Amino acid sequence: MENHTDAHIVPYKMYLYILGGLIMLTLISVAVTEIEFGEFSVLVALVLASIKATLVLIYFMHLKFDNKILQIMVPAIFILVALVIIIVFLDYNYR
Amino acid sequence: MTQNESNQTHVSFRDVETRFKGLFAWVFSTDHKRIGLLYLYSIVTFFLTGVALGIAMKLELMAPGRDVMDPETYNAIFTLHGVIMIFLVVVPGLPAIFGNFFLPIMIGAKDVAFPKLNLMSWWLYVLGALVALSSLFMADGPPDTGWTFYAPYSFKTNTNVLPAVIGAFILGFSSILTGINFIVTIHRLRAPGMGWFKMPLFPWTLYGTGWIQILATPIVGITLLMIVGERLFSIGFFDPALGGDPILYQHLFWIYSHPAVYIMILPAMGAISEIIPTFANKTIFGYKAIVISTLAIAFVGYFVWGHHMFTSGMSGTALYTFSLLTFLVAIPSAIKVFNWVSTLHKASIQLEAPFFWAVSFVFVFMIGGLSGLALGALATNVHLHDTAFVVAHFHYIVFGGVGFAFLGAIHYWFPKMWGRMYNKKRAITGWVLFFIGFNTLYLPMFFLGISGMPRRYYDYVERFHGPNIVSTIGSWVLLIGLVVIIYNLVRSAKKGEPAVKNPWGGKTLEWTVDSPPTLENFEDIPEVTKGPYDYR
Repeated sequence: MENHTDAHIVPYKMYLYILGGLIMLTLISVAVTEIEFGEFSVLVALVLASIKATLVLIYFMHLKFDNKILQIMVPAIFILVALVIIIVFLDYNYR
Repeated sequence: MTQNESNQTHVSFRDVETRFKGLFAWVFSTDHKRIGLLYLYSIVTFFLTGVALGIAMKLELMAPGRDVMDPETYNAIFTLHGVIMIFLVVVPGLPAIFGNFFLPIMIGAKDVAFPKLNLMSWWLYVLGALVALSSLFMADGPPDTGWTFYAPYSFKTNTNVLPAVIGAFILGFSSILTGINFIVTIHRLRAPGMGWFKMPLFPWTLYGTGWIQILATPIVGITLLMIVGERLFSIGFFDPALGGDPILYQHLFWIYSHPAVYIMILPAMGAISEIIPTFANKTIFGYKAIVISTLAIAFVGYFVWGHHMFTSGMSGTALYTFSLLTFLVAIPSAIKVFNWVSTLHKASIQLEAPFFWAVSFVFVFMIGGLSGLALGALATNVHLHDTAFVVAHFHYIVFGGVGFAFLGAIHYWFPKMWGRMYNKKRAITGWVLFFIGFNTLYLPMFFLGISGMPRRYYDYVERFHGPNIVSTIGSWVLLIGLVVIIYNLVRSAKKGEPAVKNPWGGKTLEWTVDSPPTLENFEDIPEVTKGPYDYR
């Protein structure tokens, strides 16, 4: 179990790129509401929000530079939650 | 080191001078061992309350018609029995008591990662318990919904559902905090040399349990708050009259409450995995298989909640998906059973009380597990759903499984916790009585369920009378066994022979420290070079 004494330093430029990306995605998520996706509209909003959350996790929360075990565990938990939701919809979508 | 300093380091954690005196030295202590014992005393108190309620129910069911209570009281009693036993006893049971006491010692640490958070967990536990039980003393009486608080009844009944639900919500926080604490402790505080696969199996099961506590408990928390919302503001999440879906409640409730069964049973399996190699004087068979099956149970256990809802009106696709997944979870459970039995093969066994508890655990757990498969199959489930069969199955797993493991664990670790030995003959007598009583109590309920006796009914038709008499008598035998066990342990805690460091010949780290341990467990943090069960 090594300690994190060698803190990774991310250049400011990178943060600015991510910030730009997040703003762009926010604008896109507002813009897509003009398009009629029908029953997929919630899905589209969730996908866009998930991309933003992933960017925050990877860069702002330093997951990219963290322990390998955390890099595996964090996505694993999201997969778990996704599976639970998918299984619930096996009931609702096929009733 | 001077003589005086050396003596100072060998003071039992009970006798250490602290800022506070008397009771305050306990309820404000951040020592993981004292917190473990605080949990023990509170949980045992609630357990005995739950037992009293259970005995009262069996008394009512001894004969058809009204015997000792009216139907409303019976409804309240089975609800309270469930709420107390599940939320206050079995969910915290092994992790909060033995996990707190032994996790740091078994991984070679001086305490858990966050001792103050640990103390806060206990305080939250007590607060949650008081809030939940306050429903007893308010007008309108205790809730009558069953421990599952199913919608829409839970927001229609006039009884005090709110305190029970809010109490369970607070208890959830206690559980989450303990889970976080244990996971961080295991990740960060293992002794040098103790790689993941050199860690004993009890900490491994606490690790799996910790993840379930963190990931599943918030779901029941929010679900219980939704019940509060329904009752107070008629929001309409679950009320069909307002466009809600009562089955959604069942989904949300069981998404937590099924994994909660694994919160209960995994540490029990961990305790059994400690007891069996010690008393078999043999390395555990298939260490890695047990570890992987622990994690597999924790993982697959998330996806089987729907088997509680086979007759609720779910879609066909959901039905067979849940049935298939339920059968899958039986595989890692069976792997463990095979491993325990294989460990006993060609072993030199010490026939002591903890060993009897452990092997009888395997016996009752198998009956519980196999009857679970009968319930997991869609066709038989329709017949057996909400019958006494479910009650029997559930008690074979939760009382037979967790209860036997708990009693096994307390007989196994008693010398370490109190520094004294108990009367071995009396311990075995208690086990014999308890084992006979347990099976006499619950086996007839399988037959009653198959013949169609519903659960949660206070009355029944004449043809169910015979097995019900047997079952009630079983509850008395079990109670006598319990009295013998408790008398023996309480008496021995004060008057037993002083225990040596390692009375059973165990190999894990807790048997290398003093009995009872000192405040910081180890004078020097041990260097681990061998596996945890290095027998032969």
